Amino acid sequence: MKNEFLYFALRNRKLRLGLSVVLFFLLLTFVGPLLTDYDPWGYIGAPAQPPSAEHWFGTTTFGQDVFSQFVHGLGPAFLVGALGGGLATLIGTAIGFVAGYRGGWIDEILNMLTNIVIVIPTFAVLLIIAAYLEVRSFFIEAVFIGCTAWPWTARAVRAQTLSLRAREFVDLARISGMRASKIVAFEVAPNMMSYLVMVFILQFGGAILNAATLDFIGLGPTTGISLGLMMNYAVLWGALQLGMWWWFVPPGLAIALIVGALYITNVGLDEVFNPKLREK
Amino acid sequence: MKRYLTRKLAIYILTFFLAVTIDWVIPRFMPGDPVQTMLSRANLRAEAVEVMRGYYLKAFGLDVPVWRQYLNFWVAVFHGDLGVSVYLFPKPVSRVIMEAVPYSLALLIPATVLSWIAGNKFGAFAARRKWLDNTLLPVGYLLNATPYMWLGILLAWAFGIALGWFPIAGAYGFDRTPSLSLGFILDFLWHWFLPFASLFLVQFGGWAIGMRNMVIYELEADYSQYLEALGTPRGLIRRYAFRNALLPQITGLALQLGVIVAGSVVTEIVFSYPGIGYLILQAIQNQDYFLIQGCFLFIIIGVLLANLVVDIVYIVVDPRTRRGMMGES
Amino acid sequence: MALKVEGLRVYYQTLRGDVRALDGASFSVGDGEIMGLAGESGCGKSTLGRSLILLKPPMKYVGGEVLLDGDPLPIWDRERMAPYRYKKVSIIPQQAMNALNPTRKIGRLIRELLEARGVSSRDLLPELKRRLDLVELSHEVLKMYPIELSGGMKQRVVMVISTLLDPSLLIADEVTSALDVSTQKRVAEMLVGFRDHKFVRSMIVITHDISILYQIADSILVMYAGKLAEKGPTEAIVRRPRHPYTQLLISSLPEIGVRHTERRLSGIPGSPPPLLEPPQGCRFRERCPVAFDRCREEPPFEELAPGHLVACWRAHG
Repeated sequence: MKNEFLYFALRNRKLRLGLSVVLFFLLLTFVGPLLTDYDPWGYIGAPAQPPSAEHWFGTTTFGQDVFSQFVHGLGPAFLVGALGGGLATLIGTAIGFVAGYRGGWIDEILNMLTNIVIVIPTFAVLLIIAAYLEVRSFFIEAVFIGCTAWPWTARAVRAQTLSLRAREFVDLARISGMRASKIVAFEVAPNMMSYLVMVFILQFGGAILNAATLDFIGLGPTTGISLGLMMNYAVLWGALQLGMWWWFVPPGLAIALIVGALYITNVGLDEVFNPKLREK
Repeated sequence: MKRYLTRKLAIYILTFFLAVTIDWVIPRFMPGDPVQTMLSRANLRAEAVEVMRGYYLKAFGLDVPVWRQYLNFWVAVFHGDLGVSVYLFPKPVSRVIMEAVPYSLALLIPATVLSWIAGNKFGAFAARRKWLDNTLLPVGYLLNATPYMWLGILLAWAFGIALGWFPIAGAYGFDRTPSLSLGFILDFLWHWFLPFASLFLVQFGGWAIGMRNMVIYELEADYSQYLEALGTPRGLIRRYAFRNALLPQITGLALQLGVIVAGSVVTEIVFSYPGIGYLILQAIQNQDYFLIQGCFLFIIIGVLLANLVVDIVYIVVDPRTRRGMMGES
Repeated sequence: MALKVEGLRVYYQTLRGDVRALDGASFSVGDGEIMGLAGESGCGKSTLGRSLILLKPPMKYVGGEVLLDGDPLPIWDRERMAPYRYKKVSIIPQQAMNALNPTRKIGRLIRELLEARGVSSRDLLPELKRRLDLVELSHEVLKMYPIELSGGMKQRVVMVISTLLDPSLLIADEVTSALDVSTQKRVAEMLVGFRDHKFVRSMIVITHDISILYQIADSILVMYAGKLAEKGPTEAIVRRPRHPYTQLLISSLPEIGVRHTERRLSGIPGSPPPLLEPPQGCRFRERCPVAFDRCREEPPFEELAPGHLVACWRAHG
């Protein structure tokens, strides 16, 4: 089975394309800071210079190096994506699992909770919390995002669990006297692994977009650099009016490419795991 | 149907209750003294500090027991009293918000509704049509992955600065005052177009992709296969598939509302469009906490109302909910 | 002869190559005949059934000919086949429970379906109601959504819809497998009724449940691993099977009339050969208790007695 997935995975064009783009940016996150000596915040050159051999992505209105800001901003994006997306996947999976597996009043309550959090716009809650929190870090941002982005995952996992629960092998396990936690760990979870991987990828992308939005309106981390913050400064300090495209194009493009590549990867994975889609 | 609606309403009422509570709790129980923090951040002149301190103490009502404070807060909310804006002192927050709302709605509603309709139509059309489908997939996913503000920035730069076709700031020219004259309306539309387009495009990608996937799923469904085996023309099968795929897209709209609101906030910021989003930026930059709280409450109420509208539409469109055969979505 | 199939080959295209799901089938079904088509899952019986009405990717037409009432059926051409569907050949699909569009009332669904095929639904309405009576459904179902009907009711609605235009050939694909035993029997009897009322001229009933066939089929065709193993009158197949596979299949039934639910025949050791690269010769050889040298050559599917054909060297002696 494993090999069969690998076989189709290696031959799936969407998967290969998506993964290469993500890996490219991941590599740039680690290698990028080594390529530049400039401090991302340092006023190191002539202001508002277009890209040149000296400053690959040009400089800001204050003479900061855009390339240095860009490569230093990639890390936090991946960090928030992995942490926030991971947390959202974890919470959503746990709640969805329990609701779907236990049923009854536990399901009712968890369902109610999910429905409430679905309705409350994530952004609004982050807005008010972030506004009152004096010191904010990437970690806190990721935790907030994770704690608010889980509901759709919980819903989807609940539905999956319900359909898996109805299958024979779970019945068999139950008849043979396995404990509920064991059934979930050994019978249900492995069957959902592929699904959870895809959920995580979507949450990863969503967290990056969410963080960029927060950073852009100035509610992101109070220290450090991020892609959203770059766009915030670019807009605030007249990059638009001055036509300084090199300032605002790279951060947004990187986000769009990373998140888009994640989505495409997801479609590819879906085709690999789902034979019905595969043989077209 | 009655059950379906009451269930939904119960959730919305509970959510509203929770939202008001959050709005009350967070300023009071976050680490630190909110009044002191606000005053020190607000950067006021010395005599203003004293006035503001007095005002804040009274506004927060910190001199009565906690349960009393909470009750008072509810009373204030129902009276539409959300405090006074610091940034536009002494305008009441509710009035500041009400003045901004029309601009936000003028952007949000057309962009959301039109992109939903157009995206669904296009997605359904492209599904299973090789050439279009191969174009739609990457473009749609990329659009959907684009941060709203970035697309806004790009459009502003390309069509506002580089080409100079559209203005990129405000809802109308500085030399105009709002009126119903043709000149003003044209000027308004001219300012409105770019922010609208950027909101429209990002959402369009998402709806088109979603619809394409749903239609393919429906075309694979047993009922489609059966119709095909009975020699039914493709047109009818596609029509059924489209209609059935539309239902999850309606639910999807409700799920996306939060993201769309966030998108419109940042879009307004990019275009300095005087709606709620721009207000939020001003409130944050000026440490205007009552205004932030007011915006929070307002967004929640707006999203709840929009959810209700979506629910009603769903009941109208899906015969099964009308016949009371589905407990919930 | 209502239906005549000659050397039909239909493969499944996969990334790893062609799966030979139906590797040369020749048989015929007479006027008014109900032919049962039996075999383990994956033996190609559904492929055979489906290819007669809707042959589409990943299925691939490789060769062979199909004659219905003397006219060739262009089954390899998806578009040219369309006029024959429903009017000449019809199907009761495997998932009849889900075969109805959930958001259309049944009556409207039927109307739109008929109009799309250029048939006046008004003219057919009295006949439709008569047939609903026949399957013991109230006319009210026409005003209902599929979700308001039980599984058995939906099944019967589909049966009526599929046969409304009096097709020459009806393919019933596992129509009873999702039903409980008592409903199963009723549905099977209704199928016979459809034939007796001349709603359909002949019928292929695909199932892995031979006991159902014993009740309703005039003849039984047994398939194994993409090939025909044996065909004969029901009595002959059940009482005097000649192919070792049929013999094992019949003997693994506890008793005629008792439902046989196992998907894979536990009574026969081993499993069918892979159809990606099937072995030469008789495909049952590996599992056959009486295999001998000659089985390395492929046995012909030949008549032993009138109407009784077998593909086995032992039987041909």
